[in-house]
Amino acid sequence: MAKESSLKNMVSTLFIVCLVSSTLLGGVYAITKEPIEAAAIAKTNSSISQVVPSFDNDPSSEVFTKELEGNIYKVYPAKKGGEIVGYAIETFSTNGFAGRIVIMVGFNPDGTIFNTSVLSHSETPGLGDKMVEGKSNFSVQFKGKNPADFKMSVKKDGGDVDAITASTITSRAFCGALESAYKVYQLCVEAPTNKVNSNE
Amino acid sequence: MSKLNLLTKGIIMDNPTFVLVLGMCPTLATTTSAINGLGMGLATTFVLALSNIAISLVAKQVPDKVRIPVYIVVIAAFVTILQLLMQAFTPGLYATLGIFIPLIVVNCIVLGRAEAYASKNSVIDSALDGIGIGLGFCLSLMTIGLIRELLGSASIFGMKLIDGDGILAFVLAPGAFIVLGYLMVLFNKVKSKMY
Amino acid sequence: MEYIIIVISAVFVNNILLAQFLGVCPFLGVSNKVSTAAGMSGAVVFVIALATLATYILQYYVLVPLGIEFMQTVAFILVIAALVQMVEIILKKISPSLYQALGIFLPLITTNCAVLGLAILVVSKEFSFGGAPHMLNMVESVVYATSSAVGFGVAMILFAGIREQQELSNVPKAFQGTPIALITAGILALSFMGFAGLV
Repeated sequence: MAKESSLKNMVSTLFIVCLVSSTLLGGVYAITKEPIEAAAIAKTNSSISQVVPSFDNDPSSEVFTKELEGNIYKVYPAKKGGEIVGYAIETFSTNGFAGRIVIMVGFNPDGTIFNTSVLSHSETPGLGDKMVEGKSNFSVQFKGKNPADFKMSVKKDGGDVDAITASTITSRAFCGALESAYKVYQLCVEAPTNKVNSNE
Repeated sequence: MSKLNLLTKGIIMDNPTFVLVLGMCPTLATTTSAINGLGMGLATTFVLALSNIAISLVAKQVPDKVRIPVYIVVIAAFVTILQLLMQAFTPGLYATLGIFIPLIVVNCIVLGRAEAYASKNSVIDSALDGIGIGLGFCLSLMTIGLIRELLGSASIFGMKLIDGDGILAFVLAPGAFIVLGYLMVLFNKVKSKMY
Repeated sequence: MEYIIIVISAVFVNNILLAQFLGVCPFLGVSNKVSTAAGMSGAVVFVIALATLATYILQYYVLVPLGIEFMQTVAFILVIAALVQMVEIILKKISPSLYQALGIFLPLITTNCAVLGLAILVVSKEFSFGGAPHMLNMVESVVYATSSAVGFGVAMILFAGIREQQELSNVPKAFQGTPIALITAGILALSFMGFAGLV
């Protein structure tokens, strides 16, 4: 039935199997590399379109970065007919209950928040993960608010934000991320930027 | 065994989850919702079918002493192909299932079927066996996922049924164990009535 | 100080078995007696410590520099399988008594999802043991993985203790065997949830 288990047979079989597998995998990797990159860009684009008003440019290709307190933030400008209709800013907080939370925040040209979209997190299902849009009304309360006069901290800390029940830490982290995004936004509107990647 | 029998035995008689009690890790971890359970089931079926075919083809050429490492390499290769394809075409599901996709390599169902069936049977039979057991796995995972989602998040296939929350424990670890335990009891009762 | 947090977090708060579902198959299969559970756990801790070290080095010194991270699954499982084989051979030679105690469990460990799972976990995501989230360095990875394995052992031994007691009680026929084991595990998992927020 099976080949005899001589050392030569064993080694050569293993070698051939590994060789064929690696080649096959290398091939599949090469073929799927582009679709994988495209999928990542599509994900970013879809979150951008959720957080800013409708636009007709390609924010991903006009992305630039701003530096705030030692961290780099990506800013995606949304334009219609060449005029800015919003800024989508990828912000984050490392103070989530279970680590880093990454959020895409969209600001209108007047500084109010259009919408938010959680990109990644490790918060507890049913508790912290209620910050994700659709899972509770937590994220809805930020729409239309201007951080200039809306105190971006939970009510417990003297702010205006209704925290998620039993998830104060997550709520605080969310607010912190939004606060950073607003500061980045202010950097964007102070100094008009070009389409080219620029650092300040 | 008839071809149809091969395809359907995985549903009740040789159900990998409730009868063979294999592949418990992904069963408990990925059944937080019906869609996640189904996705995991389909991913595993993909690997099961392909690795069964590949191993059935090469079984005769493989010396006995190295057969387990060889099977593992073959299975690992198909799992990697699955990973790449999912990253490219189903990134959402890929992110949700997370670490349990590469863990299909050590899912005892896959290696078990390769060793017990594929290495000893024809390519067509092995393929059908893989699909059949995979089908049973899919149905089990989807059922468990459905119950956990219904009780835990008050939703079905992602659609919320009521405005409030479900019983959180069911989407967390304890719920997984307990739902599986009770379902197993139910399943065994049904099975003993049928056979 | 951070290492203490890593250990407590891995053993109790995020117990690899009861919270992350890795290593469930041997958990259900090998836990009828406390002695076998202890033996299996010992073997698992040993293998995981070595395997995580080996795969960490493999990932950061071979796979990433060569740009072939997609080979991770294949490379890792091969390393683990080879490691287990080696450990078996070495153990047989240097300590026949230890081999007698642990030996039968070793081949089972290759397919233990906890081993491959932890190996992939430590190189895949950021951890934040009380500080800022970051990718783990080599020492942190091995400490985390080994502690998780200890957590596996703790859960297994507790479970085996409960099961030994259950042998003596009247379990309804339909529940005997795996079902009651699962429900017990669920209640154990529920109790471990109490550790959440400890660190």
